[in-house]
Parts: sequence; C-alpha cells; structure tokens
Amino acid sequence: MSLLQIEGLGIDFGGVRAVNDVGFSLKPGEIVSVIGPNGAGKTTLFNMISGVYAPARGRVALDGEDVTRMPPHQLARRGLSRTFQNLQIFQSMSVLENAVAGHHLHERGSVFADLFSLPAARRRSRASEESARALLDRVGLGRAAEQEAGSLSYGALKRLEIARALALKPRVLLLDEPAAGCNAVETEEIDHLIAKVAAEGVSILLVEHDMKMVMRISNHIVVLDHGEKIAEGEPASIARDPRVIEAYLGAQAAEAQNADG
Amino acid sequence: MPELLQFLLSGITVGAVYALVALGFTIIYNASDVVNFAQGEFVMLGGMITFFAHAAGLPLPLAALIAIIATAGIGVALNKLAIEPARGAPVVSLIIITIGASIFIRGATQLVFDKQIHRFPAFSGDQPILIGGATILPQSLWVIAGALAIFFCLWLFFTRTLIGRAVLATANNRIAAQLVGINTNYVMTLSFAMSAAIGALAGVLVTPITLTSYDVGLALALKGFAAAMLGGMGNPKGALVGGLLLGILEAMTAGYISSQYKDAAAFVVILAVLFAMPQGLFGRKSTDRV
Repeated sequence: MSLLQIEGLGIDFGGVRAVNDVGFSLKPGEIVSVIGPNGAGKTTLFNMISGVYAPARGRVALDGEDVTRMPPHQLARRGLSRTFQNLQIFQSMSVLENAVAGHHLHERGSVFADLFSLPAARRRSRASEESARALLDRVGLGRAAEQEAGSLSYGALKRLEIARALALKPRVLLLDEPAAGCNAVETEEIDHLIAKVAAEGVSILLVEHDMKMVMRISNHIVVLDHGEKIAEGEPASIARDPRVIEAYLGAQAAEAQNADG
Repeated sequence: MPELLQFLLSGITVGAVYALVALGFTIIYNASDVVNFAQGEFVMLGGMITFFAHAAGLPLPLAALIAIIATAGIGVALNKLAIEPARGAPVVSLIIITIGASIFIRGATQLVFDKQIHRFPAFSGDQPILIGGATILPQSLWVIAGALAIFFCLWLFFTRTLIGRAVLATANNRIAAQLVGINTNYVMTLSFAMSAAIGALAGVLVTPITLTSYDVGLALALKGFAAAMLGGMGNPKGALVGGLLLGILEAMTAGYISSQYKDAAAFVVILAVLFAMPQGLFGRKSTDRV
C-alpha cells in the first residue's frame, strides 16, 4: 500500500506546460528522488504536492485520502511536511523557537490554561521545548539553539528547516535540495539524517542536485525533463538509461554553447 | 501647577484614544504588514452604531455591545471581500485598498445613518472629578481604563496563547506558518475582527466626550497611525506609549502655545524622533540578509 500516490499531475503557467502528466508513488519508509535538469519542473511538482500551487490536472492521495489542492496547513495536519529550496524560516525568532513552532500543531489545550499559565500549559510547553532541543541536537544545531535564526549560515538554516519539518512528526517529508550550499561534511550528515528518518518509517521525497547523494540513498528515482516524466526506476538502472543521459548531456551541451557564445 | 496637571490629564485622555487606534493598526500590521487606513472608520462606526441603537431604545451597554460586534463583522467583511481576494498583491496595493474601503465606509455611513453630529450620555455622569486643582471627567477615566485593559489583554493574547503566537508566526513568515500547520487565512480574519472591535470600543468610550459623526474617522486614523509610527509600528507597547505621548504633546502645545498649532507641533516632534530613530521608540532594528 503506497502512502503517497501521485497520478497524472500537471499545471500550466500562461500556456506553458510547466509539469504534465507526472505520476509515481511512495511506500512508507521509502526514499524517492526527483531529478532532472534545471527548469525540468521539480520544484513546481513539489509545490503542487504540498499545496502551494493548485494543480490543473491530476490527483494527489495521502494514505488513500484525496488531498489534491488542499492548503499547506491542512496537509501539515495530515502528516505531509516539507522544506523549501530557498528557505522559509522565521528569521527573527531564535533557532529554538523555530523548532518549537513545529511542535505547536501537536499541542492542544484550553486558552484559559495558557492565559493563566496553569501547570498543564507549562508542562505542555516544556515538553515541546525538550523535544525541540532533541531535534536540534539531531541536526547538529543543539549549540545554536539560543541564536537568532537570521544569523545562521545557509547550510545551518537548511538543517533547521529539516528539524522544524520533523517536529511536525510527518509521515511524508518533502525535501527540496536539502544539501544545497552545504560542504562535503554537512552533506554527509544530512545524508545520514535522511536515511535514519526513513528507517523510522517516514516516506521521503527528495529533490537534489548532488548525484552522488541521490544514487547513494534513493530507493527509487523519478527523472523529469521539460515537465514530463522521462524515466523511473532503481538508481543503477537510471544511471544507465540513455534518455536520462541525453537529458543531462543535452542540457550540458546547451550550457556549454551559451558559455562560448 | 494645576494648569500643567490639567493639560496632562486631557492629554492622557486623548492619548488613550490614539493608543487604542494605534493598537488596532498594530494587530493588522503584525498579521499582514498592511497598514489599515480604515482603522479610524471602525472608531466612527463604534460611536455611530451605539448612538443609533441607543436612540432606537436599547439600553446603552447593549447598544455598545451591538456596535462592537457589528463593527467586528464589518472588519471581517473588509478582509474577506477586499483584502483576501487581493492576496499576493504588493503591500502598497493592499494599503490603497484600505484607503478605498475607508472612503466607502464613510459614504455608506452617511447614507445609512446621517450627517449630523451625535452624542450619547457618559457612562458615569458628567460631574467632573477634582484632582489637585485640575478636573477630569468620569468618562475620561473610562477611556484611560479601556486603553490599559485592551493593552493588557493583547499582551496576554500575544505572549501566552497559541493562537496569539500563531498571529506572530504568520507575521514573521506566512509560508513557514502554513508549513507548521497554521491557517493563515483564519489568522488574518481574526486580526481584522479584533482590530475592528478595539476600534469600535474606542469609539464607544470617547463619543460622550468628543462627539461623533460620519467623518471623524480620517483624523483619528492619521493620529493613530502617527502614534503607532512614533512608538514603533508593530509593537503593542509602542502603540500605547506612542498614543499617550502624542496626546500629551498635543495638549501641552494647545495649552501653552496655541490650539491652532497642536497638530503641527505633534507632527514636528514625531518627525524629529523618526529622524533619530527610524524604527520608532520601541521598534526592532531591522537588518537585511545579504
């Protein structure tokens, strides 16, 4: 039984078919990577799955429930969480507050308990804080907890975004270029983190340009080019697929030409 | 000396009204970065609806309650009909929409009610209270207490409750707020309802002193905006202090120099403060990430 099922998903931007008829599925604990040249529609696909864009065609199902065009906050409640390529962090809050924000979804209590700071409310917020600190330790940001988020490096913010997404206790996690802007050591750390999260049964959908990382950790790879799915399969077979090689080499050849001209 | 005290007391009264208007600005600004120039109309509606409900025979407290609820409803309608459909437009466009809405509300009030000046009785009579040689109207105490109570409630709301923090999170980063499960449309609607209700309450409290008519909103919006800027836009403490300072400044200028100069003097001081502290008295320093 697949946890996330994508069928015939498509969207147009002013007559341009940005993504067309893309479909695949994720089983619990599986890591699926979406790869493709720049402009292939990877982030657009992510935005449709996570409710940021409303797809024009197709269907997204989460654990059998149709969640197509559902807004992000409702998806978050159903266990679909994501990170952004260009970061969406509460910049003026502390690192810890960012991670705690992810926990609020699971906090339920009366407004009165909050207002009068009753023991129940305090217990709840202490539990959230402890869990947030544990998550920060897990992504290697434990020592930066009290800093203002805006002061962190790009790579650290990427990891903070992952920590916040994990705080929501997701069943499906979408990571948009988690290793971008990270050095080799940080990339390997993220690598391990993703593998560990997946081992706990969370399905992970990944967009990543670091091909070594993609080949190493993916169970399954979906290749997009010009908004269409051109190949899908295990890492080994994808690496040999002539259509994939052409899409990448073609793109590189065009880039080389542009650079020369 | 009693003279100074007298000016101070009337300044604080007027300042408390400005503070309430500024608090209304603060809430919507915090949730959406929009400066809602229809804020003054909420104050006007609070006074006008109370007057007409009272004139229709309802007891004053009930009339005031109806006015506050009706104005909150108008605030929600403003968000749903004018702001939400334009979501994604630049903030400047949204601000211009609120200016349009304020003109519309003024016109509609003129048609639905009338163009006369109205007043309803003060809550605790009109017998001035003597304090150290100066006098203060009982209604002024109501206004000051109202401003302080609202400020305290807002402080609790934003610091203690989850929904209050959801408003702050939405202000900080809308998309990130959605990602952690916050319904940002609900947050916006709530902000407009709260802002409108606070504006209406200010109108209810102040009408027995300053009277009301369909066109009192604009001046109040300008003063409230100035107060919010002086204190630091987006900071409830700034709104309270900014409002009181502006009121006191005006009263002092009117008393010691000339009442003709009271607006000018207040704005000159605000300009001077903003030259030195562009973020206002309590505003955060903002730094851009490069």
